[in-house]
Amino acid sequence: MQSRTLRIILIIFFIGLLATPFVIRRFSGRKEAAATAANASTALSRYGLSFKEAANASGINFTHAAPKLDQKLDHIMPQIASMGAAVSIADFDRDGWQDVYLTSSGEGKSNILFRNLGNGRFSEMTGDHWASGENSREHGVSMGAVWGDYDNDGYEDLFVYKWGKPELYHNDGGKGFSRAGEQAGFPEWINANNALWFDYDRDGRLDLFVAGYYDEKIDLWNLKDTKMMPESFEYAQNGGRKFLFHNLGNGKFEEVAEQLGVRSRRWALAAVAVDLRGNGYPDLFIANDYGVSELFFNDGGKKFREVGRQTGIGFAPKSGMTAAIGDVFNRGDFAIYVSNISEESVLIQGNNLWVPRAGTSGEGLKFDNLARDLGVELGGWSWGAQFGDLNNDGYQDIYLVNGYISADRNRNYWYDYSKVTGGNKAIISDANNWPPMNNRSLSGYQQKKVWINDGAGQFKEVAQIVGVTDVYDGRSVALADFNNSGRLDVVVANQKGPALLYKNTVAPDNNWIAFELEGSTSNRSAIGAQVRLFWNSQRQVQEVTGGSGFCAQNQRRLHFGLGKAASVDRVEIRWPSGKTQTISAPEINKIHNVKEA
Amino acid sequence: MPEIITGSEISAAPPLQPKDVKAKPASALSRFFSIENRYLPPMLITTILLVGQLSFGLLESFKQTALAIGVAMLLELALGRLVYGKFPNLASAYITGISVGILVRSPAFWPFALCSAIAITSKYVIRWKDRHLWNPSNLAICVLLLLAPDVFSTLSIQWGNNLPPMLIVWTLGALITWRVKRFHITATYVVSFLLFALLRGFITGHGFQAEVAPITGPMYQLFIFFMITDPKTTVKPRWAQCLVAFLVAAMEMVLRLAENIHAPYYALTIVGPLAVAIEIWITARKRPSAQPV
Repeated sequence: MQSRTLRIILIIFFIGLLATPFVIRRFSGRKEAAATAANASTALSRYGLSFKEAANASGINFTHAAPKLDQKLDHIMPQIASMGAAVSIADFDRDGWQDVYLTSSGEGKSNILFRNLGNGRFSEMTGDHWASGENSREHGVSMGAVWGDYDNDGYEDLFVYKWGKPELYHNDGGKGFSRAGEQAGFPEWINANNALWFDYDRDGRLDLFVAGYYDEKIDLWNLKDTKMMPESFEYAQNGGRKFLFHNLGNGKFEEVAEQLGVRSRRWALAAVAVDLRGNGYPDLFIANDYGVSELFFNDGGKKFREVGRQTGIGFAPKSGMTAAIGDVFNRGDFAIYVSNISEESVLIQGNNLWVPRAGTSGEGLKFDNLARDLGVELGGWSWGAQFGDLNNDGYQDIYLVNGYISADRNRNYWYDYSKVTGGNKAIISDANNWPPMNNRSLSGYQQKKVWINDGAGQFKEVAQIVGVTDVYDGRSVALADFNNSGRLDVVVANQKGPALLYKNTVAPDNNWIAFELEGSTSNRSAIGAQVRLFWNSQRQVQEVTGGSGFCAQNQRRLHFGLGKAASVDRVEIRWPSGKTQTISAPEINKIHNVKEA
Repeated sequence: MPEIITGSEISAAPPLQPKDVKAKPASALSRFFSIENRYLPPMLITTILLVGQLSFGLLESFKQTALAIGVAMLLELALGRLVYGKFPNLASAYITGISVGILVRSPAFWPFALCSAIAITSKYVIRWKDRHLWNPSNLAICVLLLLAPDVFSTLSIQWGNNLPPMLIVWTLGALITWRVKRFHITATYVVSFLLFALLRGFITGHGFQAEVAPITGPMYQLFIFFMITDPKTTVKPRWAQCLVAFLVAAMEMVLRLAENIHAPYYALTIVGPLAVAIEIWITARKRPSAQPV
């Protein structure tokens, strides 16, 4: 071949390589998601759902406040005091309507319980006997809360975790709350950013897992020095310890984390407990900031074993900020969704969707990250996310909130942030070395993600089209059917921003079914119960959790969309006690209250 | 007569001239660690990768790194055969692939393959006076940072931000670059960076530690040992090599003051080829005028 011809061919080939990103972008259709908001009827007809934000109209007027910590941190305060907006759902008064609890983190500010009146409106339950959280410099400030009936009296109690003294509120028959933390025997101080209820030993009493973020010896209002930052952006192990409180049944708890093998000082931000191996015992998944996620297999309630690497999830450290479970392929097993950071041209961690590898189970269980393949990988600086069938088409969708610090729109902190985070341990771990933020944004004003599962292995991002248009700094998100109509609404807690209630309108021809479970031998909240639904040659599994996502808890009621199917073949319930119950052909478009037989 | 392809990166360090070679027979060990051993740098970078992966899990995944290496080597074979009529030595392509595998951060697979492909192809396409101007992997990374920012990035955090692994890599890297007579480039750049960090600290008010932080990270270990020392894309005289290393650091400082996150890559991409081009131009001017036109 003549050299001139060869050279021309090489140049064309090189230009083709340079053009490849444009071609891939064009065919991937990412731009479509950025379409401007369509009207509700278009969204309904196209995707089967439409959201309308209605917090104020429903009586939820709540704005999160951030704490003012030690002034040594003033120069980077927005990124330190960047968490604490949280939401958790429960029917605290057993009136059949799902209620909302929102946390604030400002000293002197109250957490607020919003009681669902059942007519589309909520009323604010104020006062200390309504679990106000005691947010103060002396007691610390709230980071989140989880509901669980720890004394099996039929009413959901509330654990509020803080950067400070943990609070346990006993639910006094739905008529108020009394403080039970002192009697419970919790430590004086935990800098916690996550907690969940689960019955790890299946003794019928809910136990409590609390995950530390900052070292529990640190008082963020009175720092001895500024060496309290992570020692690495990806391999930090100088965070808070983990606590596992075993419920002794008399209002007291015994701390057994070390004894049972839950040893970690990674910077935990999210956790979820779910039986991944099908042996009845809930395993524990922890999403860590500044490092790899951890998975602890529960060996018969007697020991926890960290199996992150063994199962494939313990490599590639990222910035885990949510842990949610969903049966994304309707094949009867759980995928785990973990949110991370993605910022164009700066840091593309990508979110993880850990899906059990086909053919593996039990001790040999392996996971593959299919977030990219399924299209749920890039969510900005992602925080809370939850699975739920938002359009009742029979497949689990994902709602994700994002955005870290929205300040000056025209100036960002990324350069200075990346400068320090890449540095040596001695530099990154000292807050003094971090350049001042000076009101600059860091991944702020981000568009949220609503990923609709098409059931054929792809999720489609439709947030702007279906009416989710806010750009607040979202942290915590929880799903619940607030008017018992078979539609999952969404509550979002925003950092230093207003709480949002996105009311959902779903295509009326899609059917649904829901199950409100109550344990008897098992813990009364039925946390850990699995429901397998069989319909129209499909199956889907869901599990009642005592907390999931980021500092959040969905309604305990399990909601299944059915698509156009007019009937359900059967439902199999496996209670935490191990008992099973089968309901044949349950009525659809109905909430079924099921007690453990 | 076809050109003998020696590759591009540090593995292709020029062999010693006869006067430099010691007369007495070398032992197997000294032969192994000799300057002529073009496999020494690939082995070093492989060791770094394996230690980093096994101890910290630094890679996005082995599969992505394998893809980057595979594409680089296959394309080198194909293009070398096509352009020069013979299969080239693959040590250089291996280093390119492994550098891409470590430096590229993307959850997708295609950026790894594309980055390697652009790197290798650039060596054969962007040439002047029979020399290629850009360090291949540096150019490819800069191109993709500009063209695919939505899925492509580089990350400077590996090895756990701990001192001991960093010292090991710095020591090994220094020994290797010293053996292949490129240490002066690395040293000049590092000293320049430190001085500029001091200056930036005064200008920004962020202090020396914040400004010096980047070079304590692992990305710089690859940058200073494997990228700026690339024999094929550096100028020949030692003093000029030092000058170029200083200018790269100076350009980086300018970019850093403009808050450019990927400043070192862009600085090398701007300064490196300019220096080579000037050298080529000067060399051409010095040639005897009697040469056939």
